[in-house]
Amino acid sequence: MKTILIANRGEIARRIARTCRARGIRVVAVYSEADQDMPFVREADVAVAIGPPPVAQSYLNIDAIIQAAKKTGADAIHPGYGLLSENATFARKVEEAGLVLIGPRPDVIERMGDKVTARRTMAEAGVPVVPGTEGGVSGEEEALAEAERIGYPVMIKASAGGGGIGMQVCRTPDELKKAFATVQAKAKAYFGDSAVFLERLIERPRHVEVQVAADSQGNTVHLFERECSVQRRNQKVVEECLSPSIRPETRERLSDAAVRAAKAVGYTGVGTVEFLVDEQERIYFLEMNTRLQVEHPVTEMVTGQDLVDWQLDIAEGKPLPLRQQEIKARGHAVEYRIYAEDPTTFLPSPGTIHAMTVPEGEGIRVDAGVEAGNVVTPFYDPMIAKLIVGGPTRETVLEKSRAALEMFRVEGIRTNLPLLRALLDHPEFVEGRYDTQLLQHFQMDGGIRR
Amino acid sequence: MKTIQANMAGTVLQVLVKPGDEVKSGQDVVILESMKMEIPIAAEADGKVKSVPVEIGSFVGEGDVLVELE
Repeated sequence: MKTILIANRGEIARRIARTCRARGIRVVAVYSEADQDMPFVREADVAVAIGPPPVAQSYLNIDAIIQAAKKTGADAIHPGYGLLSENATFARKVEEAGLVLIGPRPDVIERMGDKVTARRTMAEAGVPVVPGTEGGVSGEEEALAEAERIGYPVMIKASAGGGGIGMQVCRTPDELKKAFATVQAKAKAYFGDSAVFLERLIERPRHVEVQVAADSQGNTVHLFERECSVQRRNQKVVEECLSPSIRPETRERLSDAAVRAAKAVGYTGVGTVEFLVDEQERIYFLEMNTRLQVEHPVTEMVTGQDLVDWQLDIAEGKPLPLRQQEIKARGHAVEYRIYAEDPTTFLPSPGTIHAMTVPEGEGIRVDAGVEAGNVVTPFYDPMIAKLIVGGPTRETVLEKSRAALEMFRVEGIRTNLPLLRALLDHPEFVEGRYDTQLLQHFQMDGGIRR
Repeated sequence: MKTIQANMAGTVLQVLVKPGDEVKSGQDVVILESMKMEIPIAAEADGKVKSVPVEIGSFVGEGDVLVELE
């Protein structure tokens, strides 16, 4: 590959470009009108404007992106994360245009993108999934019998639902009897389909994911796990590699299950298998992300590998650079996502960045999408930068993180930096014993006013 | 005349009132989308809607008038 078009923006476009440059590959950036002054556009070898600010008219405009690739002589397209990265239609059109998409095959993207198919595929491959009814339940009797089999507490969910609407937790058969008709009616009213299904409620889960990689020769490996339980609105805020809380045997079960999952779908490329881990450290498949993950740098720091480099090798048909036994985890790393948002209400804070100071030093990496003078527009994700800190132990990493977050300054807009700084004083986080409720507990304990 | 303004830059996702409607303080009148989040904008006082100078898809800046009350 001589020229790669990066169909993304911000920090990830810059990060991908860095590895391309190290390999002597020419970089093509595509950008919307809102992004013309962003660093990722200026730093590219060629930059092509693809449309107005809204993503539907620019970064999701498949035809404009493929046209830009053809016009600039690109051999391959790197989709980054989000946007078109898990869009099977895009993957097919890239192939049809005679270009390489850096990622798995379109049919794999499709199969893992559908929750029901993904769950069925995993169950068949012997990967544990959250116990539940395979299809819908038609009446109260059936629901009660199924709940008995699954085990309380259960969730009743609208089959066609999403976003938390039409969901109800039931801890006893009585609660299930009361809730059943209500959820059915809600499902009908909101989604035009009264079908509901049952799933066991996993209480106080941890969100742990495993990095996998597979080449076209049939080699599949894992690069350990990441702990991603620090979340707000189901979006990750802090990630760690390795997880500070799971037992060594759980770590082994997770990585085994992840490799089995990747093999079951004939995966190629780098990918992530997400799991829920309950209080007894039982593990449940959640979903597979068929792309590079935002938090991939913590894995890079701990393993000493460049995952974008791995992606490019795999896309060129080369074997994986390392065998499983050659992949080692050394020390610890934590990533902090810097969001342009109010640290207390989590409401967005678009605006102009007047000044920005980023920390530097050994074991400190900043992947930023913006610089002083840039306007953070309301059109895209609020994440403007990532701070990644690595060191020999978790304790030294947290110590170094305190200093690095203190040094990190963004003027002109509100950011979650005060939250990240305060989190480093929260006992649950410091002790590494936390689950997905952590940020809620933190806010209840007084949040950043501690 | 009272006005209801945008508290941040964003795109108008929904307009929930029309001229002539009575609104109460705290009632959502417009939904903005900013940074992939839905931001409901509520009236700060009771009143009757005189005009709605924005429509679905309009881009507004912080402080722009979304709804005028009589």
